[in-house]
Amino acid sequence: MAEKTKDILFGPIFDNNPIALQILGICSALAVTSNLNTTLTMCIALTAVTAFSNFFVSCIRNQIPGSIRMIVQMTIIASLVIVVDQFLRAYAYSISKQLSVFVGLIITNCIVMGRVEAFAMKNPPIPSFLDGVGNGLGYSVILLGLGFTRELLGSGSLFGYQILERTVDGGWYNTNGLMLLPPSAFFLIGLFIWAIRAWKPEQVEEDVFKMKPHTRTSDAF
Amino acid sequence: MAGNSESVGRTLLVALLVCLVCAVVVSTAAVSLRPVQQKNQVLDRQVNILQAAGLYQPGMDVQKAFDTIERKFVDLETGEYVDKPESYDPLKAAKDPAESERLSADQDIASIKRQENVSEVYLARDDNGNLSRIILPVRGYGLWSTLYGFLALEADAETISGLGFYQHGETPGLGGEVDNPAWKGLWPGKKLHDDSGDVAIQVVKGTVDSGTAGAEHKVDGLAGATLTSKGVNNLVRFWVGEDGFGPYLDRMKAADDGAGSAAVQADNGGEA
Repeated sequence: MAEKTKDILFGPIFDNNPIALQILGICSALAVTSNLNTTLTMCIALTAVTAFSNFFVSCIRNQIPGSIRMIVQMTIIASLVIVVDQFLRAYAYSISKQLSVFVGLIITNCIVMGRVEAFAMKNPPIPSFLDGVGNGLGYSVILLGLGFTRELLGSGSLFGYQILERTVDGGWYNTNGLMLLPPSAFFLIGLFIWAIRAWKPEQVEEDVFKMKPHTRTSDAF
Repeated sequence: MAGNSESVGRTLLVALLVCLVCAVVVSTAAVSLRPVQQKNQVLDRQVNILQAAGLYQPGMDVQKAFDTIERKFVDLETGEYVDKPESYDPLKAAKDPAESERLSADQDIASIKRQENVSEVYLARDDNGNLSRIILPVRGYGLWSTLYGFLALEADAETISGLGFYQHGETPGLGGEVDNPAWKGLWPGKKLHDDSGDVAIQVVKGTVDSGTAGAEHKVDGLAGATLTSKGVNNLVRFWVGEDGFGPYLDRMKAADDGAGSAAVQADNGGEA
């Protein structure tokens, strides 16, 4: 059992990462990672929503009629997101202002819906809760990596504290503006996926098709 | 059990119960947290005003500092103080046809489309009760977004003491540098009008050499952000101009020239 719990909780971090392997939740990964403060808040918010929506859906999984399954899950997820959003507005106002619509958009984050449908509907509450936490952690690992790289290279700071002295302030570090723009997160996610798959080659997908030989007699590649 | 849970009555019951529980949870959270949220909003606005006025230090007691700041409402056309309830919001009024006017294309250099008839000003006083800052809300379109901020003037209604934006969506690292303290530091000391009384303040491309003619009216543009710089230029010129706070600033200037700040206070007292 202990082995299983560990697997549920830590599996999603590298072995079955929601962003790197399942390629879910990319939208917010691009949008909120230009500095670490918003990134960390978003990670906590998403982990809380995934864990508790998994838990509550799992609690009533035997009562939910199949015909309205999705909408019941959605209602629970949406309620949790609103509660989280209200809490952020009350206790982390300036960060919630920066995150703006992206907290609300956790509702549409495929990780949450995906875990509820794939795991919580078929498993008891406690493992479901752990699965939610685990996937939240998997999401957080990638996001914090992105946030760290983007803020350090883009603004020369970490959590708002200046690490590299910027040229505009009279220092030596010329900031990389691209890192503050969303496309840079795409490149970084690509590099992360490359690194993880180089480390764990079993994650590499099989080719979708094999190129047919044309002018040559052997395979093109 | 499985067959039972699929019946129509059962489906409706589950849907109803889920909605009910969720509704209660959501409304409880919203209602119980509202006071804290509203306090945050007010605090956030006050911090922005203090920052624009150059009165803000991190860790200071904002509430206490704000005791010396007075909020007043100004009729933009005449420049006179008018009475409005404390809950009056100029940005909301700008959307209401009864309380705002559509600007014609040649007036609307700041691209704000509609302008409220009555706006607000914040008057900061020093320890002796003399007027020290006039803080005006300003807004206008940059490259991607409307920039919302405050422009702070010295008591002479002529010298800028600060400019700060509390909300905008300009490109981080380029137009977003309107938040850069180094750039904001260029504004204090600049003068709004030239000798003939025309609005002369402007954001220029490149750096301003302090030796050039009219350097006291010119502020460096942001490198790599031509359109945001132009937007800031337009919005500042609009709000201190004839269609913005121009008439009000004229009155304040007359009061300041007349008999010093005592007259300003008497003036305030008479019209408050």
